[in-house]
Amino acid sequence: MTLLTYEYQSITGISGPLIFVEGAAAGSLGEMVEVCLSTGEKRKGQILQMMEGLAVVQVLEGTSGIDTVSSKIILKGETAKIGVSLDMLGRFFNGHGEPADGISPIIPAARLEINGLPINPAARDKPAHFIQTGISTIDGLNTLVRGQKLPIFSGAGLPANEIAAQIVRQAKVAGGEKFSIVFGAMGITSREAFFFKNAFEESGAVERTVAFINMAEDPAIERLFTPRCALTAAEYLAFEKGHHVLVILTDMTSYCEALREIGSAREEIPGRRGYPGYMYTDLATIYERAGRIKGKEGSVTLIPILTMPDDDITHPIADLSGYITEGQIVLSRPLFRKGIYPPVDVLPSLSRLMNLGIGREKTRDYHRGAADQLYSAYAKSRDTRRLSAIIGEEGLTDMDKRYLKFADEFEKIFVGQGDADRSIDETLKLGWKILSILPSTELIRIREEFVEKYYTG
Amino acid sequence: MQTIKGAISGVSGSTVTVKGMDGARMHTVAFVGKDGLLGEIVRIHGEQVVLQVYEDTTGLSIGKEVVSCGKPLTVRLGPGLLSGVFDGIQRPLEALRLKSGAFIKKGVSLDVLLDKKWEFIPRVKKGDAVEPGDVVGIVRENQIIEHKIIVPPPSVSSPLNKGGIRGVVKEVRKGVIAGDEPVVILEDGSAISLYQEWPVRQPRPFKERLSPNAPFLTGQRIFDVLFPVAEGGTAIVPGGFGTGKTIVEQTLARYAKSDIIVYVGCGERGNEMTEILTDFPKLIDPSTGLPLILRTVLIVNTSNMPVAAREASIFIGATVAEYFRDMGYSVALMIDSISRWAEALREISSRMEEMPGEEGYPPYLATRLGNFYERAGKVKCLGNNNRTGSVTIISAVSPPGGDFSEPVTQASLRVAGALWALDTDLAYRRHFPAVDWNKSFSLYYNSLKDWFLKEVAEDAVLLRDCIMKMLEREGELKEIVQVIGLEALQDVDRLTMELGRIVKEVFLRQSVFNEADAFCTMEKQYWMMKCIIQFYNKAKDAIGKGVYLEKILASPVATRLMRMQDIPSNVFKQRAREIMREME
Repeated sequence: MTLLTYEYQSITGISGPLIFVEGAAAGSLGEMVEVCLSTGEKRKGQILQMMEGLAVVQVLEGTSGIDTVSSKIILKGETAKIGVSLDMLGRFFNGHGEPADGISPIIPAARLEINGLPINPAARDKPAHFIQTGISTIDGLNTLVRGQKLPIFSGAGLPANEIAAQIVRQAKVAGGEKFSIVFGAMGITSREAFFFKNAFEESGAVERTVAFINMAEDPAIERLFTPRCALTAAEYLAFEKGHHVLVILTDMTSYCEALREIGSAREEIPGRRGYPGYMYTDLATIYERAGRIKGKEGSVTLIPILTMPDDDITHPIADLSGYITEGQIVLSRPLFRKGIYPPVDVLPSLSRLMNLGIGREKTRDYHRGAADQLYSAYAKSRDTRRLSAIIGEEGLTDMDKRYLKFADEFEKIFVGQGDADRSIDETLKLGWKILSILPSTELIRIREEFVEKYYTG
Repeated sequence: MQTIKGAISGVSGSTVTVKGMDGARMHTVAFVGKDGLLGEIVRIHGEQVVLQVYEDTTGLSIGKEVVSCGKPLTVRLGPGLLSGVFDGIQRPLEALRLKSGAFIKKGVSLDVLLDKKWEFIPRVKKGDAVEPGDVVGIVRENQIIEHKIIVPPPSVSSPLNKGGIRGVVKEVRKGVIAGDEPVVILEDGSAISLYQEWPVRQPRPFKERLSPNAPFLTGQRIFDVLFPVAEGGTAIVPGGFGTGKTIVEQTLARYAKSDIIVYVGCGERGNEMTEILTDFPKLIDPSTGLPLILRTVLIVNTSNMPVAAREASIFIGATVAEYFRDMGYSVALMIDSISRWAEALREISSRMEEMPGEEGYPPYLATRLGNFYERAGKVKCLGNNNRTGSVTIISAVSPPGGDFSEPVTQASLRVAGALWALDTDLAYRRHFPAVDWNKSFSLYYNSLKDWFLKEVAEDAVLLRDCIMKMLEREGELKEIVQVIGLEALQDVDRLTMELGRIVKEVFLRQSVFNEADAFCTMEKQYWMMKCIIQFYNKAKDAIGKGVYLEKILASPVATRLMRMQDIPSNVFKQRAREIMREME
């Protein structure tokens, strides 16, 4: 520990959220700095790039009011860190980890780098435990397991937040285990913030929740820190304190926009739609922090929420997320318009780790087959629906008509459960009931013995 | 080679600019800062060089020392590779975990392959003449693989071994020996040890390239029958997210008939790697009855690990694959996914402020990709005893938005011999493998026809072509039905549609979770085709005689046809004969 502090009064340029400091040779990449304005105000910044004699600093709270004459920067000598301890539970923090609930700061048990370190793939433990969310389309068809990262792909105006709150309310892990929630919000409106506060309070989850909130009016650069603070807290709770942590990050779209802002301020060559070429890697450093570690009790399960601009699943934000995360829950506007809640469009939805959490001894041994059958039957019945729109119902065969009925019942009953909390048994029983609309010879994705045993048509 | 020392003058992401590096050589390694982070020189401008650094650069500052010894980036090859899991710069991850805990810290250096001693069984004696590629002895690395110790081939870019080692054996040692100790000493004093180093960016030499004439069997019907890849060929598997690229790669790693599997997880998910690491020791290779991990080498650089190492990882994989090829093994090199490699290349290129080509990728993307894919091949190995070995590359491609017109897919397509195009719509229906039979192709099919005629059956090619035609016709009819409805079709056409459905549902769809069907022998594949085509012909005859289509489809034979998948491979031929008899 050195007592020497480096101060530079040599800001030579300011551009968007960045300031350029000459001669800051003692600084290192990723180091935090304090920007002191002539008014006495202090802001946080971080060194993004070092060039011969020039450091590029991003300022968290924005660059308004900074000048090149009297403002100065002080090197903090360390990278971005937050203090963590069990006292964090029940508290609200701002987007870069300072208390935002008017109570005094926590006494940290450790100070951890918010960037974290990659988990050694050889140290990871395979996710294997089913989390019952009480939502049929998730439990039955896209099962969530501990240590998974499963985003919700939403659209403007679709109830992603409601679904996230419902998962928080209903999520069950085996009794007696320590369970907590870390909530990271980037650029959310005060209405959304109220909604989540209420939801946590109503479900009694507030004592086991840590929240990091960057509001829509807060500076965009701070959003780059919020998910990292949240995940650092989550890792601490999970791998030091043995908690099963459910992390909810909303809205990743605001995060990516902040990333783009920095990229263009740095005059980088933009990738698709102006987003930086390294966005995949950057998102991976967030999403990949979910998981389980051998020999540690806890787990980090991540549910990021993102808004697909114009409901476009090929938009870079959704696309790159989908390539990193282990599946996705996609919300559908047509279902929402029909008044079906939760409006999960099952066809594009997927859980890659589903097989690790289902089957004999976990859920049911026919679970995989039944889920596949529901999928293929629903896909087929959607085709039939399209066909019937063109040629009319008279042109349809009897089989086609049964498929049409299947689609309606599936959407109305299986998907549209409303606020109900369904156990996995109820979900699977319902699945059989709906499959039984079809003749048993159609159910070739399920093994014959199970069809004989459970088919009720 | 003398050491050159310089000082950092700039840091941006994974690239570091260094001054005072007069005399540094392109594509050699350098150690950066007090942690000695590993980097590679990728550009030289006078005394200033640019390094791509393989570890996290956070914390580096101006003026810190950089040291280069003029060695290229090499990989260490020898016993101990199998069952191992390494990161993008060949650090053993298990040893790293024991040394530095569950999270990867930077600046940790580890000795590779030196932690164990091996029993060396010599195959040469004093006075024998040896030249590059000759087998001097073997190490029984595990129950499956006999690790051949070969005289290192000459390497142009490595100062270690320019002309290659050749001469007369002076001394042979046997017994338990560590990797770096000599096992054979030649009269000129040069020593051959259990391990050798090889520069990753340079393909290992061989005698000659052989034309691919045998298929790389995967046990997956759509690949083996419809779009086969030859041993020593390349296949690419592009698909949007969720179409099952990783499942295809992993299924092939499990079931493909190959002596060695080198699996490179390039910029993908950590949990997937964990799945391989935990499953492969338990999964049994059907042909040997021993765990799959014994024939597998894993190179892992997950998406959150340093970007530059991701760029290097596929070359490490290729070098390891070629090393086993040189022993005379057939090797499958699985890359998941090449797009992440290309993105790493793009990121480094953009940090160096190079002029971008299409979609920001550097203009040399296609050249580099071509160089990489050309490391596949079936070859006659160096050395005196005639060995042939092969490297087959199966590479996943992740096109943004599932749009195949993007540069990485297009550049891959120009060099790949087989395309297995994955389709989002099929994946949505949970039809796996979600291979689009209309878009996919295999350029090897014609040269493999002879093999099918000889090894499978005389009518194998004919049946395959029938299946393809049926799929084609079904596609046409489907478009017609969209307009006029199914009822308006003639019975024969409806039959074709139904059979098309059976081909898709029963023959092309193959579930990795169905034990009886996850691996399908060539025999079962052939008899399945035969049953389907025979049913089609018999049904057509019956319709001609005035039997209603509904009656044919409701017959018990049709149901048995639909359930054909569940019959295990070993009894399939017999059961298929029963089904066919029933059709009569």
